[in-house]
Amino acid sequence: MEKSIKKYWPIFVLPTFAAFIIGFIVPFIEGIYLSFCKFTTIRDASFVGLSNYVEAFKDNTFTHAFGFTAVFAVVTLVLINVLAFAIALALTQKIKGTNIFRTIFFMPNLIGGIVLGYIWQLIFDGIFEKFDLALKLSAKLGFWGLVILICWQQIGYMMIVYIAGLQAIPGSLNEAAMIDGANKWQRLIHVTIPNMMPSITICTFLTITNSFKLFDQNLSLTGGEPMHQTEMMALNIYDTFYGRVGYEGVGQAKAVIFFIIVVAIGMIQLYATKSKEVQQ
Amino acid sequence: MKNKTSGIFATIFFTLISILFVSPILIVLMNSFKKKAFISLEPFKLPNEKSYVGLENYLTSISKYDFIKAVGWTVFITVLSVIVILVCCSMCAWYITRVQNKITKLIYLLCVFSMVIPFQMVMFTLSGTADTLGLNTPWGLIIVYLGFGAGLAVFMFCGFVKSIPVEIEEAAMIDGCNPIRTFFSVVLPIMKPTYISVGILEAMWIWNDFLLPYLILDIKKYKTISIIIQYMKGSYGRVDMGAIMACLIMAVIPVIVFYLSCQKYIIKGVAAGAVKG
Repeated sequence: MEKSIKKYWPIFVLPTFAAFIIGFIVPFIEGIYLSFCKFTTIRDASFVGLSNYVEAFKDNTFTHAFGFTAVFAVVTLVLINVLAFAIALALTQKIKGTNIFRTIFFMPNLIGGIVLGYIWQLIFDGIFEKFDLALKLSAKLGFWGLVILICWQQIGYMMIVYIAGLQAIPGSLNEAAMIDGANKWQRLIHVTIPNMMPSITICTFLTITNSFKLFDQNLSLTGGEPMHQTEMMALNIYDTFYGRVGYEGVGQAKAVIFFIIVVAIGMIQLYATKSKEVQQ
Repeated sequence: MKNKTSGIFATIFFTLISILFVSPILIVLMNSFKKKAFISLEPFKLPNEKSYVGLENYLTSISKYDFIKAVGWTVFITVLSVIVILVCCSMCAWYITRVQNKITKLIYLLCVFSMVIPFQMVMFTLSGTADTLGLNTPWGLIIVYLGFGAGLAVFMFCGFVKSIPVEIEEAAMIDGCNPIRTFFSVVLPIMKPTYISVGILEAMWIWNDFLLPYLILDIKKYKTISIIIQYMKGSYGRVDMGAIMACLIMAVIPVIVFYLSCQKYIIKGVAAGAVKG
């Protein structure tokens, strides 16, 4: 059969692959090359070696953005996963109206980042005004504002994944533990959580990479104010490209560093939690 | 008895949290009926005789900011891109799973690799490439979305194709179907659930996407919903809060309607997508 399909590649593979080359491969390779160049458009690039990378590391806003993003990723990782797991556990019990609650908790996930950011800006501004504070004047408020927004958006999504995981655990496991005299906590720690490791791997992976890649919400809620202090990596790179003239090369170098960080974190995280998964 | 009361408490507890969860949207809805000056002053008060303006904010955002047109372009781009992605990527995925050689393996690996790449990595060069190829129209954007969305789609379709027994396709071929007919009349119907999952994931992404269309489209001519909201808030000296509230609500309503009408599929799609991702 393989042979007869083979010659049909122009119909089956070519459209996708051509678009993939235009939309991903060419820009990606060009991006790596340009990170070693000085340029304002793609046409006028001249090779400058590693100087863009040196400048990127010297840029205080970039290193600050890295620290800010890392702390943000850790805080949201813990909050989102603990809360989503707890809600998933509660909503798989016999409680009236679980379906309605699931529907409501998941809903914010479908709303776009820009829209979400402006919805919450109105709310935070309204609250903080009463205390003579402002979201855009304090890095601390900006940070927690972003944390609340992301939790609100992503808890529902992770909850759905955890619920799917919980429902896949065979009931006999819990029954066996119950007969052996395990109480609720023991069952949670020794039966439920080990069996949930695949879901936990997925959710922690998604929350970490989502936090690192966060852009829309950051742009609309705080815009990096005050003074780049709530700027995350993606927004910092965007600002370097489009906010300052002559820094395109540095922006591209930052983007390459960013890409390496995201891939590295994803790999480490997958490796770390995968090794804890139980074989069934 | 004890279980019953704790069940009621849990229901009350989650009802309160649910109210808290939807309240941001309700507050924006409430403010969309207020005069713009009152919105930043007292965002948590219900509209009264002095601040109530009826549908004025909605009418302003439709007439002055061309909001309907933005909705039109967003629908156009999302629907067409999703259809193109589904058709092209499922065909590609079927081919590279059934024909095993070095090239098809490489394509698969590249697709997986592209899924983890942050958009900022290719943002500048992609908008440059799109400009030189004249892809800065909604039509061109569909091609860019096909290229950039192919990773996830091909990956998910490949996962499913592997579980289809080859014998079914072989039988069709022996009966005289060519590969194209085999694909469309045998493989495609079997893959229906995957089409729904992938379609929903890609639609959610494209509908809400801001940066990619913002950088690639000719902004003067074409705006999507996300772009118009960012534009209203960002580039004007005086921000019309009333119109923004109305736009936010009009941006959220289609999403909620879509969600409530295909909720079952969306939740299944999300769970399936996550398990494979």
